[in-house]
Amino acid sequence: MKRLMAFAICLATPAMAHAQTIAITGGKVYPVSGAPIDNATVLIRNGRIVAVGATVTIPADAKRIDAAGKWVTPGIFNATTTLGVSEIGQLPGSYDASAQGNGDGVTPSFRPWEGFNPSSPLLQVTRNDGITTVGIVPRGQLLAGQAAVVSLGLGSLSDVLVKGPVAVFGDLNARGDRVGAARNEVFDRLRAVLDDARSWPGRRVAVERNASRALAARARDLDALQPVLGGTLPLVLEADRATDIEQALAFARDYRVRVAISGATEGWKVADQLGKAGAYVLVGALNNIPRDFSSLGARQDNAAVLHQAGAKVVISGGADAFNARNVRYEAGVAVAFGMPWDAALRAITLTPAEMYGVSTRVGSLDAGKDATLVIWSGDPFEPSTRAEHVMVNGTEVQGPSRQDELMRRYRSFPAAYKRP
Amino acid sequence: MSLRIRLPLAALAAMACTAPPRLAPAVTTATFTPAPVPIQDTTSRVPLGAGALSEPNANPFPSTYRAPATRPTLIRNATIMTAAGTTIRGGSLLLREGKVAAVGASIDAPSDAIVVDGTGKYVTPGIIDTHSHLGVYPAPGVEAVSDGNEMTNPSTPNVWAEHSVWPQDPQFPRALAAGVTTIQILPGSANLIGGRSVVLKVVPSTTVRGMKFPGARYGLKQACGENPKRVYAQRGPATRMGNVAGWRAQYILAEAYRRRWDKWLADRKGDPPARDLGLESLAEVLRGNIFVQWHCYAAHDMEGAMEVADEFGFQIRSFHHGVEAYKLADVLAQKNISASLWSDWGGFKMEAMDGVRGNLAMVHAAGGRAIVHSDDASGMQRLNQDAAKSVSEARTLGINVSDDEAIKWITLNAAWALGLDDKIGSLEVGKNADVVLWDKYPFSVYARAEKVWIDGAMQFDRLDASQRWRTDFELGFVPEPAGGRNR
Repeated sequence: MKRLMAFAICLATPAMAHAQTIAITGGKVYPVSGAPIDNATVLIRNGRIVAVGATVTIPADAKRIDAAGKWVTPGIFNATTTLGVSEIGQLPGSYDASAQGNGDGVTPSFRPWEGFNPSSPLLQVTRNDGITTVGIVPRGQLLAGQAAVVSLGLGSLSDVLVKGPVAVFGDLNARGDRVGAARNEVFDRLRAVLDDARSWPGRRVAVERNASRALAARARDLDALQPVLGGTLPLVLEADRATDIEQALAFARDYRVRVAISGATEGWKVADQLGKAGAYVLVGALNNIPRDFSSLGARQDNAAVLHQAGAKVVISGGADAFNARNVRYEAGVAVAFGMPWDAALRAITLTPAEMYGVSTRVGSLDAGKDATLVIWSGDPFEPSTRAEHVMVNGTEVQGPSRQDELMRRYRSFPAAYKRP
Repeated sequence: MSLRIRLPLAALAAMACTAPPRLAPAVTTATFTPAPVPIQDTTSRVPLGAGALSEPNANPFPSTYRAPATRPTLIRNATIMTAAGTTIRGGSLLLREGKVAAVGASIDAPSDAIVVDGTGKYVTPGIIDTHSHLGVYPAPGVEAVSDGNEMTNPSTPNVWAEHSVWPQDPQFPRALAAGVTTIQILPGSANLIGGRSVVLKVVPSTTVRGMKFPGARYGLKQACGENPKRVYAQRGPATRMGNVAGWRAQYILAEAYRRRWDKWLADRKGDPPARDLGLESLAEVLRGNIFVQWHCYAAHDMEGAMEVADEFGFQIRSFHHGVEAYKLADVLAQKNISASLWSDWGGFKMEAMDGVRGNLAMVHAAGGRAIVHSDDASGMQRLNQDAAKSVSEARTLGINVSDDEAIKWITLNAAWALGLDDKIGSLEVGKNADVVLWDKYPFSVYARAEKVWIDGAMQFDRLDASQRWRTDFELGFVPEPAGGRNR
C-alpha cells in the first residue's frame, strides 16, 4: 500500500525506527512458534519484539499501528534466492551467483553474498511483497559454494547480513567433463573430495612442502568443507531421483554430516526415510512435470507427503531473484495439494530459519527476536492479499520499487515523463 | 509440372509404409491420380493433388478430432462466470450435443441428463492458452524430442508446428487437469519467422490431427529482439536493424508471390506459378487468413513490428510476452492488437528487464485486449492465479478490474487472439461446451479444477482416478498415483 502513495516520502533511516516503541494492535497474529492469537498485540522496541499476546500492556509513548482485521505473520523467508547477486540472469556482468573455479565443479569456498549489491532494484520489489529474509545461495555444480542469510532491510551488506556461511550447497544432478558422466562417477568424485577434506587438517603441512599426492580439491575448498565435516554447517545436496536422495542420506551417515535435500522431486517415494532422518527438504510446490529422467516421479503433493512423513519441509521454488517474491503463492499451492496451512507457513518462515541456524533472530514472532514481520490484508498465500506493512528490525521497508516507478510513469498517456 | 506432383506422392507412398498414422494421406491411394491442370472443380476445399497449388486458406492436414458422444449434462446451483456478462450465482449450465444449450438461473434438466451438483463451486469456460510449446518442447526435455525451433535459417515460414508435436507429451494431461482446454502451439522464438502455429484441443490422441481444433486458422510465429540476433549473430541478422530488414525482405517476396498466385487463381490461365511453402504462409498473412503471433518484449521492438505490419498491410493479432506492453497500451488498443502477457515474469534478459506486475491491468485500462499466456508448462497450470495476481496489482494502481473482466483474460480474449471467439471462450448458448468446474473461487490460490468438459464430453474428473489420462510415455516410467483426492 505504501508503494504508490509514498513516492514523495524518503525511506526512513534504520536509526529512526530503532529508537521507537511500536505496538501493532488488534490483528490476528500468527507467531508460527505457537497457535494463532486473535486480537493480539505485537510490541516492538529498538527493532526487537518485546511481547506478543492478547494482554500486552502498551506503553503510552508507543506508536500504534492498527491491524484490526489484518493478519500479522513473521516476514516471509525465501530460503534459496540469488537476490542481490543476480540482476539479469542472462547478463554475465550482472550475475555473481556462480563460481568458475578451475572448471571441475568443486568450489565450496565460493561465497556469493560477498558480491551482494544492496542497490539492486529487485530488493525493493521483493520486500514490497512481504519477503523479509532470504538465503543467498550459490549456483553451480558438484559443490557450488556457501550460502548466507540476509535480511531485506535497508543498508549495506554489513547491516543486513544475518549470518554467513549457513550451509554448503552441492548438486548430485551435476554432470560434466570434469565432474562425471554416470551417477556413480559423480558420487565417487564427491567422496574423493570429502575424504581429502577429512584428512586435510593433518596433511596441510605435507601438502605445503609438496610431500603429498595431489588432492581432490583446492586447499581453500578443503578448508571450506571443515565446518560441514565438523557438523556445524549443513550440506544441502540437490537430488531429485529417489535413489539419489537415498545416496545423499548415505553420505550423511558415512561422513557424519548433516545433509539437507534440495529439489527432492521424488522425495515422496522415500518420505519415510527422510522423515526418520529428520532431514530438511527444500522443495517447490509447483512441480508436477517429469522434466528429465531424474524427476520422472514429479508429483504435486510432494511437499504434503514429505510433511506428513515428518520431514522438515522448506518451500522454495528455485534460486530466483526477479520473482523471489512469489514464494508465498507457492506455499498456497502446497496447501491446495494437501499440506496443512500452518505447516506451509512454517515452511516459509521458521523452518528455513532453523535449517540455517538463524532462528534465534528470525522466523517466528517471539519476544527477543528481530521485529521482522508483515501485516497483511488477509491470507498471505492468496494473490488478492496485499502486504500492507513490511518491517525489518522494526523499520518499515516498503517503498516505491523500480517497477512502481515504471508503472507510475506509464499509468496514463502521454507518459508521465513527457508531460509538462 | 507433372513431375512436381508425382514426386511428393511417390515420397508419401513410400513413407506411408513405415509410418502410416501420421503420413497416410486423407484419401485412399486409389484416388491418387495426378490432378488435371488447370483444375476445373474449384468448389472442393481440398481438391485432389492440392499440393500442386498455393491455395489461399488451404487445409491439407485437416483435423480428425471428433468429440465423444455423450449424454446432456446439467451443472446445477453453481457460481457461473460466463466471460460474457455478469456472474450468475446459484446458476445452471446445460451442455448438449457438444454445445452450451442453456445458461441461467434455473434450467430444467432433460430426462436423460447427467446432473452435476455445483453447490459451493464455480464454473468458467475452459482456459485457453495462446502461447504454448507443449508437444514441441515436451517433457522430458531431451534433445531427441525437442523440435520447437528450426534453427537453420532466420526465416522459416515453411515449417508447421503440428509436424513437431509429440502427442505423448505428459504435459498435456497436466494442462487438462488444470482446466486448460485449448492451446496454441507455437514454434520457438529463435527465428524472425518461426513457422506456423497449430491450435489443439487438450485431449488424448495417438495422432496430432486427432487433437487439432477443427477449422481453427493457422497463426504465424514471428520473433523480435534479442533471440534472432543472438542465434544468428554469425550469419545475420546480428542487430535489431538486421531483424527488421529480414522481415521486410521476406514480405517483399511474399507480396510478389501473393499477386502472382491471386492472379492465377482468378483466371486459371496457363501453368500455375511455382509453389513456395514459406511464401505461401506469408501470402496467407497478407491475405488476412493467417494471424501473426509476434513474440516481442520491448516497446521499441513492438514499434518496429508494427511498422513492418503497416508497411505491408497486415494485422498483428497478438504480441506475445510484451513485458513493455504497458508502455504502448494506448497504441495497442487503437490498433486492435491483443497482448498475450505474463502476470509478473521478467527480468531474465535485458529486453525483459522492465517487466511489471501491472502490465495486464494497464493494457486493460487503456482499452486493450489483455491475455494471460504461459509459454511454460508449469505456468499454464496456474493461469487463473496469474490473472488473480494482476487483478490484485490493478487495485494497487487504482484500476478497477472486475472478476467478470479478469476471467476474459484467460478465456474470451485468448479465444479472440486465435480467431475462435465465435466458438469458444465464453459460456453462451451455441458455443462449444468447453467448461471447467472449480472446487473453489477460481482466483484463489487454493482452487483446483474438479471436472473439465471439452465439447460437452467430460475429459477430466479429479474425483475419478480410474479415468485419468496417462500418456504412453508415463506408463512404467511415471508412477501412477495411488488414488486419493490430493493427487
